[in-house]
Amino acid sequence: MTALHLSAGFSDTARDGAHAFRAILTAMARPGTIATLQTAPGPAPISPAAATVLLTLCDRTTPLHLAGAHDSPALRNWIAFHCASPLVAAEDAAFALGDWAALQPIDRFGIGTPEYPDRAATLIVDGHDFDAAPTRLTGPGIRDTAALALPEPQAFAANHALFPLGWDAILTSGNRLAALPRSTEIH
Amino acid sequence: MSDQAYNFAYLDEDTKRMIRRAILKGIAVPGYQVPFASREMPMPYGWGTGGVQVTAAVMTPEDVLKVIDQGADDTTNAVSIRKFFQRTAGVATTERTSEATMIQTRHRIPETPLTSDQILVYQVPIPEPMRFLEPRETETRRIHALADYGLMQVRLYEDIARHGEIATSYAYPVEVAGRYVMDPSPIPKFDNPKLDDCPAIQLFGAGREQRIYALPPYTHVRSLDFEDHPFRATKADHACAICGSASSYLDEVITDDAGGRMFVCSDTDYCAQNAKGGA
Repeated sequence: MTALHLSAGFSDTARDGAHAFRAILTAMARPGTIATLQTAPGPAPISPAAATVLLTLCDRTTPLHLAGAHDSPALRNWIAFHCASPLVAAEDAAFALGDWAALQPIDRFGIGTPEYPDRAATLIVDGHDFDAAPTRLTGPGIRDTAALALPEPQAFAANHALFPLGWDAILTSGNRLAALPRSTEIH
Repeated sequence: MSDQAYNFAYLDEDTKRMIRRAILKGIAVPGYQVPFASREMPMPYGWGTGGVQVTAAVMTPEDVLKVIDQGADDTTNAVSIRKFFQRTAGVATTERTSEATMIQTRHRIPETPLTSDQILVYQVPIPEPMRFLEPRETETRRIHALADYGLMQVRLYEDIARHGEIATSYAYPVEVAGRYVMDPSPIPKFDNPKLDDCPAIQLFGAGREQRIYALPPYTHVRSLDFEDHPFRATKADHACAICGSASSYLDEVITDDAGGRMFVCSDTDYCAQNAKGGA
């Protein structure tokens, strides 16, 4: 591995991280909102938005699962350098990164426990198609209703049925990002 | 001028990531108290270390910060936290609710309605609403897991049995999105209706107790009550002696030792704007 294989992370860690987190927070607190990030690129196939999420939220304390094409040597090296997250099996992951098909079966991921529902996985669904047919959403963070394209609405509805347990999803593609917490009702 | 010796907003990036992850889980499960590894801050517990850590983790350089203590911008606590972020983050500060993008508060919600461009951060002393009824953390955790909140209804009922009405006047328990019972921090119950369907993101930080919880915008927040004793938001039955407002929450100020008193707005910004006729 040489420096040539490593694209840069944040150029100004504190300020870039603050901006990225505010965008993620807004997306998670207002499901249906699509944020455009000032992004830091990672090696293919990770999107700049997903790379920015990793840089903002993941470090050596967050076990990470790489699914499918995202489990590539170049991306492993980039994560080792920038985040140092231990790479683990899906069942043990605090964060998981992959496209929706590669993340299947989705019930492998942690959904928390009744006493500690926060101990649930956050799925970073990369390569998301924001322009697919939107699904109607209601719930906390949404005034009346919102709409967002989802890869498989039934899976998100089944996840919501577990509330207050369940995983939470961050949807990314290019430099765009949306989020769907477990609290959101799918129609 | 910011102090260059500190990282932006004082906290190191590892700590901010940890707090940011806790905030996101708090948003995903509204009203649930997420444990977090609260840090030592350069101020004592009880001065808002939880709120300060949440504010530091959420703040961007472009934010305009307002800090209030019981509604006032000019008390020691509010002034020193505002100065802390001026020095360590170099952010702009304001005393105007309408100009702020982030508001850190101790025990009040501003009278001026919040907007969807704002984030309200509460300082919380005791985050667990059931704590004075059940001291064991293992048991309160089970209570939340099973949504077994009968104990709280009994407490409110005992208020009625003793006093003829629900006597709890601050830190009045609420039910969030039909699931978790939450302590809204020691805000007066007058402020409880403002928690409901609020356009702003509301974040709660308890430093000593190491808990973070959150209300996403437009979340349904219901104050616990009974059909025959419905919740009532109460305030002193006076008008403000300075601005004349009859609708804002009032502080009682003792003016002499012969029983003299006056009632003034607790929200200093609202009072000043209202006195000028611009609120």
